Amino acid sequence: MPSSRTNKKEIQWDKYMVYFIFVGVFIVFAIALGSKGFLNANNLINILRQTAVISIIAVAGTFVMAAGQIDLTVGAVAAMTAMIVSLILEKTNSIILALAVGVVFGALIGLVNGVLVTRFGLPAFLATMGMMQMIRGSAMWITDTAAVPISNETFCQIFGIGSVGPVPVLVIWTILFYIIGIILFNKTPFGRHILATGGNETSAGYSGINTMKVKITAFIMSGAFAAFGGILYAGRLQAGRYSYGDGDEMSVIAAVVIGGTSMSGGTGSVIGALFGSILMGMINNALILANLSSAQQTVVKGAIIVLSVAVSNIAQKKKKN
Amino acid sequence: MSEFVLEMKGIEKAFAVPVLKGVDFSLKAGEVHALVGGNGAGKSTLMKIMTGVYSKDAGDILINGEAVSIQSIHDAGKYGIAMIFQELSLIQTMSVAENIFLGEEVTKNGLRDTAYMNRRAKEVLDNLGINVDPGTVVSSLSVGMSQMVEIAKAVSKNAKILVLDEPTASLSDSETEHLFKLIADLKEKGVSMVYISHRMNEILKIADSITILRDGVIAHTGSVKDIDLDKIIMHMLGDNRGNRFHWVEREYNKEAPDLLTVEHMKINDKLTDISFSLKPGEILGFAGLMGSGRTEILETLFGIRKMLGGTVKINGAPVSIRNTRDSIKSGFALIPEDRRKQGLVLIHSVKENAILPKITKLTRGILVDEKTADHMVEENVRNLGVVTDGIHKRINLLSGGNQQKIVVAKWLNMQPEIIMLDEPTAGVDIGAKAEIIELIRRVADEGKGVLFVSSELTELMAICDRIIVLYDGRIIRSLSRKDIKAEEELQYAIQQDK
Repeated sequence: MPSSRTNKKEIQWDKYMVYFIFVGVFIVFAIALGSKGFLNANNLINILRQTAVISIIAVAGTFVMAAGQIDLTVGAVAAMTAMIVSLILEKTNSIILALAVGVVFGALIGLVNGVLVTRFGLPAFLATMGMMQMIRGSAMWITDTAAVPISNETFCQIFGIGSVGPVPVLVIWTILFYIIGIILFNKTPFGRHILATGGNETSAGYSGINTMKVKITAFIMSGAFAAFGGILYAGRLQAGRYSYGDGDEMSVIAAVVIGGTSMSGGTGSVIGALFGSILMGMINNALILANLSSAQQTVVKGAIIVLSVAVSNIAQKKKKN
Repeated sequence: MSEFVLEMKGIEKAFAVPVLKGVDFSLKAGEVHALVGGNGAGKSTLMKIMTGVYSKDAGDILINGEAVSIQSIHDAGKYGIAMIFQELSLIQTMSVAENIFLGEEVTKNGLRDTAYMNRRAKEVLDNLGINVDPGTVVSSLSVGMSQMVEIAKAVSKNAKILVLDEPTASLSDSETEHLFKLIADLKEKGVSMVYISHRMNEILKIADSITILRDGVIAHTGSVKDIDLDKIIMHMLGDNRGNRFHWVEREYNKEAPDLLTVEHMKINDKLTDISFSLKPGEILGFAGLMGSGRTEILETLFGIRKMLGGTVKINGAPVSIRNTRDSIKSGFALIPEDRRKQGLVLIHSVKENAILPKITKLTRGILVDEKTADHMVEENVRNLGVVTDGIHKRINLLSGGNQQKIVVAKWLNMQPEIIMLDEPTAGVDIGAKAEIIELIRRVADEGKGVLFVSSELTELMAICDRIIVLYDGRIIRSLSRKDIKAEEELQYAIQQDK
């Protein structure tokens, strides 16, 4: 049916808004900060490296938010996982064991979040906020706030500082997770179940979808991805510290929403989240190049988040009318 | 001064097709005026014009003999007209007194004067004989009590004309009695009431006047003293007694073993013992008033409500239905009552909605086979004559009838053995209605079993092979379609008390 094709081509402004903003911001920075090295290959790759953790967690964040949920534990999970991994490496020097325990820890936290939200009916915001504090507190407690250095060079190469040719491993990990995330979200039944659950939970249930399981799975993904983010923090900074990922939950939410995922669920874009995340990294980078103080950076960052979400919301409203 | 508190003259209203064609309606002071008519006769449209929800295309509204303009619910309130909604409009988390004073909070030094408002609310409630503490949170009240609080709220704002829309639909017998007492009290205080109901016994008991609407015109208006159930039904049906959709006697093997057997099914305190059976190729209808338990039976078979007792057998073998997945696996499908809330994901496309239940099977490896899915939905669109620009169009942009066809399609794609439909033609235009009815016949002709719930008797009469009549949670009759001579008989059966 040719008619169905034409419909596909209708431009959905809200969905693509992130790319327009992205390109626009990039051009502005290229012109304004080109002389300060914004366009240097090194600088651009640096941006990708610095945003890798947020980007990867935002993959799972898209699933969580498309299902109409929210996960505030991701930053704390990253920190706690970094602590666990560094301690295991310190004791056993086994990368496999450290990796397995770290990811399983994250997944378990996700399971607890999911069960709190579905079985006990807690609002996701509150359940994960409480969990966040418990996990962050534990990360401080486990070594009494002391950092745990990592001496395993292989670990740090694979999960942080290494590179394959000119491409840093962090960028490779990011690409890998995005490929998995895009396939899962766009191509599998699970992706549709996520969207249906977020779009209309009652209808999804009436269609035979186990919405509880769908939501729990999204939280488990989020926990596991956050744990992997923590592993990358540990690898890049060659130590475990309780303070990693402070505020990452907010950066992830911003990246996901700027990327075109609705906070109320039902729509979402994984690749959009990547652009959302890099957009924020780019802004960060530009503000540093522009010699803004960290106080000024914080203000500008906040303003840009508000602005880009507002712009895409206006686009969305226009479409509805 | 006019004898009437409210007069509506020559009211006309059309939504694509004319719904009201020059309707006159007059209400005397202190009377209970019943408004009766089949589904789609125009009752609720008339009341929505009176309460300012809709604007009229033509006609006049007079209050105490003076022409007025009612453009909004706010205007209606100014003239003392208030509607008590079927879905209660109280705020569940606030107290009775807070609800009564909502929007008109009394303050002292800029702060809410809770003590005064509670005292004043108590006076209002006492005055109406409603026995509830004004500090009680509304969510902890029964449906009946909430409704009375809503009435009290309207009265406290000096409402002189109340519209009650099926007020007893979800009330118990004692709550109904209580409500009738309140209505009698209000009458004495000079409040006029329009009483919409399908329950003729209630109307004959409490109403003073009656107006019967049929297809957008007044079929009869007069005193309740001069009318009985026979005449009401006669006026409601008029000349077009079930002729809108013709009944065609269908062939199916009546001797075949049961496809579905339900024995002693218990759902709640009201529906305690439901038994019936269904043959392959049979269309079994459920008739009954709102709240008689029709929807609950379907929802239980679909695993949405818990079955508290009894057995369900398919082809003679007992099945256990703990959730919707179990039910679907057993071969059930449900086209639910509320298309928008239960049937569809409105923000998603035609395609996404049509493939949703089947998507786990529409795969190649672990990936969704989009091509096969597209083909399936395009075929759905063709076969069911769905009017849409394409399968990727957002479903909320389609008309009600086309949306409903997609809900039906999404379940036909699952190839169920037993298809349950709950008011499938509600909010659907007449053309699509006929198509949906034809579709159900076609599905049954393929040997599937159909359970069909509808408030439109004409429709039940047109399509069902057998009709089960429910009253207050009990099956009181099981009629073979052949034995029903006219729609009147079915209407009597539904109204039957005890």
